[in-house]
Amino acid sequence: MAGLTISNVTKTFGDYDAVKDVSLDVRDGEFLAVLGPSGCGKTTLLRVVAGFEKISSGQIRIGSDVVSNASGSVPPEKRRVGIVFQNYALWPHMTVAENVGYSLRVAKVDKAVARQRVADALSLVNLDGLADRRPANLSGGQRQRVALARCLVAAPSLVLFDEPLANLDVHLRASMEDEFAAFHKRTGTTIVYITHDQAEAMALADRIAVMDHGRLAQLATPRDLYREPANEMVASFIAQGIVLPAKIMSAEQGGHVRAEVLGQEVVVRCRPGEQPRADAKICIRPPDLEIAGKGEAGFDATVTRAIYKGGAVRVELSPVLQPDLHLHVERPEPGSFEPGSQIRLKITSGWLIPNGKPA
Amino acid sequence: MTARVKESRGQEMALTAAVAVVIVLLSLLPMLRLLKEVVAPGGVVSDTAIRLGLSSSATWVATWHTLVVGIFGTLLAVVLGTFVALLVTLTDIRGRGVLVLCYVMPLMIAPQVTALAWLQLFGPASPFLKLLGLAPPLGTRNPLYSTEGIILLLGVQYGPLVFLLVRAGLRKLPRELVEAARAGGAGWFTVLRTVVLPLMTPSIMAAAALAFVSCVGNFGIPAFLGIPANYLVLPTLIYQKLAGGGPAVLGEAAFLSVLIGVIAMAGIVTQEIMSRRRDYRISSTSLPAEPYELGRWRLPVEAGIWLLIVLILVLPLFGLVLTSLVPGYGIALSSATATLDNYRFVLFEHAGSRRAFFNSFALSIAAAVFAVLVAVPVGYLIAWGKQRWVRLVNLLIELPYALPGVVLAIAALLMFLRPIPFTGIQLYNTIWIILYAYLARFLVLALRPTVSGYHQIDRALEEAAQVAGAGLFTRLRTIVFPLVAPAAIAGGLLIFMTALSELTVSALLWSSGSETIGVVMFSFEQGGDSNYAAAMSAITVAITFVLMLVTNLLAPYLPSGVLPWRD
Repeated sequence: MAGLTISNVTKTFGDYDAVKDVSLDVRDGEFLAVLGPSGCGKTTLLRVVAGFEKISSGQIRIGSDVVSNASGSVPPEKRRVGIVFQNYALWPHMTVAENVGYSLRVAKVDKAVARQRVADALSLVNLDGLADRRPANLSGGQRQRVALARCLVAAPSLVLFDEPLANLDVHLRASMEDEFAAFHKRTGTTIVYITHDQAEAMALADRIAVMDHGRLAQLATPRDLYREPANEMVASFIAQGIVLPAKIMSAEQGGHVRAEVLGQEVVVRCRPGEQPRADAKICIRPPDLEIAGKGEAGFDATVTRAIYKGGAVRVELSPVLQPDLHLHVERPEPGSFEPGSQIRLKITSGWLIPNGKPA
Repeated sequence: MTARVKESRGQEMALTAAVAVVIVLLSLLPMLRLLKEVVAPGGVVSDTAIRLGLSSSATWVATWHTLVVGIFGTLLAVVLGTFVALLVTLTDIRGRGVLVLCYVMPLMIAPQVTALAWLQLFGPASPFLKLLGLAPPLGTRNPLYSTEGIILLLGVQYGPLVFLLVRAGLRKLPRELVEAARAGGAGWFTVLRTVVLPLMTPSIMAAAALAFVSCVGNFGIPAFLGIPANYLVLPTLIYQKLAGGGPAVLGEAAFLSVLIGVIAMAGIVTQEIMSRRRDYRISSTSLPAEPYELGRWRLPVEAGIWLLIVLILVLPLFGLVLTSLVPGYGIALSSATATLDNYRFVLFEHAGSRRAFFNSFALSIAAAVFAVLVAVPVGYLIAWGKQRWVRLVNLLIELPYALPGVVLAIAALLMFLRPIPFTGIQLYNTIWIILYAYLARFLVLALRPTVSGYHQIDRALEEAAQVAGAGLFTRLRTIVFPLVAPAAIAGGLLIFMTALSELTVSALLWSSGSETIGVVMFSFEQGGDSNYAAAMSAITVAITFVLMLVTNLLAPYLPSGVLPWRD
């Protein structure tokens, strides 16, 4: 087991930077999710960590060993890294046991020892009795477990997951998520988990690295990511946050500032040291929007669309004063929200998106 | 309503019927006629032909020889082709496009031209060896007149065939399967041995079967290398029997050709059985693996592979050209002796070879045009048709090409020896019988690219025309043909190149006045006029090469894999 240190890594394809100046530190035994929309560079990041791609500049260390820098790269077979691929990548010409025991065979581990370790790995992922099956005769979930056992058996220092649940149906996803969490708990392996699914990342990871256009947008715990996004991209990407322009009226005091948003005065959370400024942005979540009572501070908004969600209604609105902004709230049934009708809303809370570089 | 239904049904029926007629005429009929001759000569079931054939010791010797050169030629082709495919596909070797073009080139050159070129390179009269001062004394036996010589050239000729199939397989290998092995600690050679090669087994097996069928049915190489050494294989035995005995020995020849067919089929069946033993299905699709970095080995490996190209392509062709420039057998080439007389002779003076150029051009063009026109409707039925029997259609069209050429040639002889019933038209001893055999044999070369062309076209394009009111024939003409035309025409060019210097079929079917380039080349060589044969070969190789390059211009409009020499 070992930590992973990525320092100022850039990977260029032609004149396109797939990964730009990314620095990450994964602690020994940590479960880190790398989250981002497709094309954000997360898969490239995984491939440079595994050693399938060389980096253009920067440095990657696994434990204390430098495995990649601009001048060279340790080949993948010498990195002791395990990978679980999205399409499982099980070898069709080998049985389950042969698949799992492959790295032991390559390392010329004694046959009897290898057999025992394969059996242990298979029972760890609840696949006892399937050792002699062919991958073609397994279900999707079983294949994923074989892939898990395969990377487990070699006791790798680091396990990389490349969107491992993307090919499974919703049902299986939930149970495999539990499986991965249990796997992490049991083995204490350092895990880097690539995904585009926020719910998955939130549920599993100790920390999440959000990537955007090849850059690291924010690295934080799931809770901080949700509550205190470091920039607009993260704010709007995570849990469909709503980003609104605001004017900061007071200096930070006890983690809060007073701000004017859509004509309403709101107290929002913020980082220490914030000063009054005009062109600020705040991030609010749908629960932060409530229907204003009589005489309360708030603003008028027009309903543009109401979508029935089963048990609740997602109402989309635009402020009357700034119709180019889009808001949405979830309201329980019943309740009629005719498009075109007006509602008075109030913002109850929010987060001031920091200016410039992340702290 | 009913009238409209009738009209659309009518067009579909007409298309289906036309396709059926073509297939019956070109595939079913000749094969049945051949079988009848063996099982029931003269209309009465009898085992005379079989018994006669089996009792002849020549049959057994030739069968043994066929198996020996077939098996070892296949082995050599598989080793060479797989090796080059692995290097070209999986490593970061440079100049891949040119390499593929050069390596596949021998496949586009007629086998007898390959044979001639190699003979000219190593013989005692070799202008090349004379230039180097290495030529053995005149009268020394050419080392290629031997079993090993035949095996070597078969391996060189069909290595590219294996290469193409294995390369296609390697390209479908998802990179994760390789990467998972490397992450598991396996070095490159271990990955190759435990993952890549096992997964390529089906491709290699299929390639081996195809190479085996080609080796067993090859006429040009054993004819040029084996006949002088009196080393006969089944195709050359048939040729000698027919050349000596004429139509009287047709029954025996029919038996021998069926024997070749059986051996070829045995190869295919073996492959089927071997491939079924394990599960090699690759279900996922993905990007191909990153090329393996050869590092400091890159230059030596590149040098090695180009040396191979020089050995199997450049030197033989160089030898061929040198021979074509020498005024006579055994004369050393120098600036004083070099001459273009041989070219002048074969192009303008010798009546037979002049006719042969004309005949071969006419035959190749006719076969190509016909095949393109037929491939479009047949491909339509195969690719888009819903009928169950289309798979059978495909198989039937493949058959005359999959079976050795000798088989089809004998079948054509049997069919047309007597005038066609009711019409009194005589095809035997005319050029038309050769044309018939070419049409039957080469149709599939145009059909394959056309079908893959169809698979790339969105069917909605045709359906839109249908909604717009176009009937089947109108759609075929105005929508479908223009869309698949590039693929079909590429197939037509392939046919032209193959038919231009074809020998196997025409050697058995030609008559005075209907000589082909291959036949005249063969008779020059048999008569000791290697210089003339070399000049003719050089011309056909040049034409083939130019056509390959011209066809490359079509490449942007073609489905990938249609042009074998294009990477």
